[in-house]
Amino acid sequence: MVSTEQPKQYRVIGSRPIRHDGVDKVTGRAEYGADVRHEGMLFGAVLRSPHAHARIKRIDASKAEALPGVKAVVTSADFPGAEEGDLDLGEGRANPRWLLDNLLASDKALYHGHAVAAVAATDQHTAEDALALIQVDYEVLPAVIDVREAMLDTAPILHPELRTAIRARGVEKPADKPTNLASHLRLEKGDLDKGFAEADVIIEREYETAMFHQGYIEPQNATAFWNRDGEVTVWTSTQGAFSVREQVATICQVPVTRVKVVPMEIGGGFGGKIGIYLEPVAALLSRKSGRPVKLWMTREAVFQATGPTSATYSRVKIGAKRDGTITAAHAYLAYEAGAYPGSPVGAGAQCAFAPYNIPNQVVDGLDVVVNGPKTAAYRAPGAPAAEYAVEAVLNELAEQLEMDPMELRLKNASKEGTTNAAGQPWPRIGAVEVMEAVKNHPHYTSELTGEDVGRGVAMGFWFNGGMESSSSATVNADGKVSLILGSTDIGGTRASLAMQLAETLGITSDDVKPHVVDTDSVGFTAVTGGSRTTFAGGWAAYELGVQIRDRMRERAARIWETAVDKVEYRDDGTIAGPDGKQLSFQELAGKLSATGGMIAVSATVRMNTPGPAYAGHIVDVKVDRDTGKVEILRYTAVQDVGTAIHPSYVEGQIQGGVAQGIGMALTEEYFYDDEGRLRNASFLDYRMPVANDLPMIETVLVEVPNPGHPYGVRGVGEVPIVPPQPAIQQAVYDAIGVRFYKTPMSPRVILEELLPE
Amino acid sequence: MSNRVKTDRIVITATINGEERTFLADERDSLLEALRERIGLTGAKEGCNNGNCGACAVILDGRLVNSCCVMAAEVQGGTVTTVEGLATPEALHPLQQAFLEDAALQCGICTPGFLVAAKALLDHHPRPTEHEARFWLAGNLCRCTGYDKIIRAVLNAADEMSNGR
Ligand code: FES
Ligand code: FES
Repeated sequence: MVSTEQPKQYRVIGSRPIRHDGVDKVTGRAEYGADVRHEGMLFGAVLRSPHAHARIKRIDASKAEALPGVKAVVTSADFPGAEEGDLDLGEGRANPRWLLDNLLASDKALYHGHAVAAVAATDQHTAEDALALIQVDYEVLPAVIDVREAMLDTAPILHPELRTAIRARGVEKPADKPTNLASHLRLEKGDLDKGFAEADVIIEREYETAMFHQGYIEPQNATAFWNRDGEVTVWTSTQGAFSVREQVATICQVPVTRVKVVPMEIGGGFGGKIGIYLEPVAALLSRKSGRPVKLWMTREAVFQATGPTSATYSRVKIGAKRDGTITAAHAYLAYEAGAYPGSPVGAGAQCAFAPYNIPNQVVDGLDVVVNGPKTAAYRAPGAPAAEYAVEAVLNELAEQLEMDPMELRLKNASKEGTTNAAGQPWPRIGAVEVMEAVKNHPHYTSELTGEDVGRGVAMGFWFNGGMESSSSATVNADGKVSLILGSTDIGGTRASLAMQLAETLGITSDDVKPHVVDTDSVGFTAVTGGSRTTFAGGWAAYELGVQIRDRMRERAARIWETAVDKVEYRDDGTIAGPDGKQLSFQELAGKLSATGGMIAVSATVRMNTPGPAYAGHIVDVKVDRDTGKVEILRYTAVQDVGTAIHPSYVEGQIQGGVAQGIGMALTEEYFYDDEGRLRNASFLDYRMPVANDLPMIETVLVEVPNPGHPYGVRGVGEVPIVPPQPAIQQAVYDAIGVRFYKTPMSPRVILEELLPE
Repeated sequence: MSNRVKTDRIVITATINGEERTFLADERDSLLEALRERIGLTGAKEGCNNGNCGACAVILDGRLVNSCCVMAAEVQGGTVTTVEGLATPEALHPLQQAFLEDAALQCGICTPGFLVAAKALLDHHPRPTEHEARFWLAGNLCRCTGYDKIIRAVLNAADEMSNGR
């Protein structure tokens, strides 16, 4: 580990205890959404549109309803309807009317796989049989699936009422007519024309990225029971139980307190399990049938209908002086939103130039609806495409300037106090430290030899989130502490939060027993997403610890009949009083009951000082000229992680993000045919990296503590997905002399370039 | 009604995790469905239901299979080992222990499949190289870990098992 500031001495933080939920997860006992079972439970199935764009003229479900074993069928007509509005989902927003329309199509199916009806039956086979009996009359409409085609005047229109929202000064308001361009935002700093006039070298390039799916291994699921007293309970695999509660209450039009969401273990999310697809439908089927109903998505439906990330088109222009000083930069980013407005282009726009201090810059961000699934957050939502384009231009710029690519970046690096695209100064950030660590890494300085091999580097940036977290804790008589969490554990959350409480109290990680509970049992907690959980949840855990320390001191003072300020709580958990009196945490815990009662505390924090994250990656590849396959020979990921609470899970987050980024760079993409039908909705055909595609992924944890957190935590999960695409693009160029401006650089794409016509 | 699908129930007897079990299944049930819905062993997971992810891996008569691609009826008289059958009452299997110590799981949904597949690997090849482990486990998808820590855990467990006993 590279530590760049005087390291604090921690007892628990930085160690690698076994996670609390580990044994359940290696023995098959952990309960995920699919494992929910209730007496009398029905099984559901969802009918989906075979067309990318079609008017729904009539749905006749009478035959399905008559099938023995079928207990309920619902269509969008069964929903109460929803108002226009704005739901904050934590990492992304939703307009309830569109959310409802996405759950079950109303007048039009807007993409291949759009849900149109759902069935609940006594077993899964019967539910699936029933789908075949539902008659839907469609009027097929022309579809548009490409972001640039969707902006043409001749393009089929998805939402006749949609008009472009302009979120920028100086952008002309378009004519008042139907459009697929949902919004146009612009970020502006300095004087772009002046900046380009000062440049000696200007490079402008266009890039395209494909639609990528989050690819979590567990499909979406939801079990719901709508009780006769109007109480709705939902069991589901989600990144945010409270955000599910909010969405279900809004869509089903029941007060939020009448909805209880029980978060089950979650089999991956990466942003894709914040929005909802099934929960209100299961609730409605339950109300109709009077029984609990479980809905489960097939893998095909996951690909067809759950949020992938936007396919994008971008154009980036950067100008620099001979010495490498960047004088101006412009990015034009057009992101597909899918069938309803709301791509992550805003975040992409803010990330685009974030690693660099560029005095004159403009970023245009366009949000465009197309006949595809509504996009959802995916690990650093919006950032990979925007930063890919910028980083790739920088690598070309470095070549033209005959500069070391890291030298060029260091020369222009963002630092504490330089301003971002919105004109705000950066807090303490580790961009320079990461760049230095990349530049000095033995991987970077090593010689690369061999045929058709190449090396690339790139940087990445992500904001990291803050938001609200709640937690409570009780001290038990045996000296252990129960920790109640509202954050679902997506890969070590229990451990990272319990460790921060243990650190505060001077006890061990094993002395803290974390529980993830339902929405009735803990205060409001925002989603596990935005790399916010270890930061904000950890802060809440710290607050709990501070409260417990104070209460323990008060109690010891009472026992020793002395003043509280004479009692000290030491870092090792010892409570010390006058005349050498002292009690261990465990000893005092054992006396609580007899001396005034047990200690229970709770805390809610809402913090807006997350520490932004920077990453720098180095990759070596070998291109096989016969097959077009790009092999990753070596990969090193450097990242400012603030403070690594549990280094193994920090490394794991980085390695996982890198693997997903490699998938984006080389093999993953959605294939639509001319009619807008998705042709590769399976894990076989949507090709995610498998074990033999990858080498070991070396991680370098740079620790520049976040001054805005008691333990210096920055989020770590998202930024590692950002650098792989541009780093690999550069490495492939270095290997075979061809620059590709489209990802993925699949074997087919590479062969087309290498083979003679 | 012509559209009504008539299904038959079948009685299946098989040795599951060392215990003889007799259960009723739908003749259309896959082994995965039978394990999860009829017997209540939910350790094997469904990630794709068509043989592409390995989350449902079990060992059937000594062979590693994806249980979503085996009909329940096929296990009549057979022997099945699922993730629930790896640990003894006294101890975790060395693979399970290694997965914990090496942080080889994040969300954990792929873990049962990896453990079962890795057990089958070590049953056949007690000392695999990294290369062999990566190829053997290529049928198991993990989206969280980038495989690094999984491969290390498998190799560490192999070491432990060969040296330790
Ligand atoms: S569920 Fe069987 S291989 Fe994916
Ligand atoms: S740990 Fe989540 S898929 Fe492997």
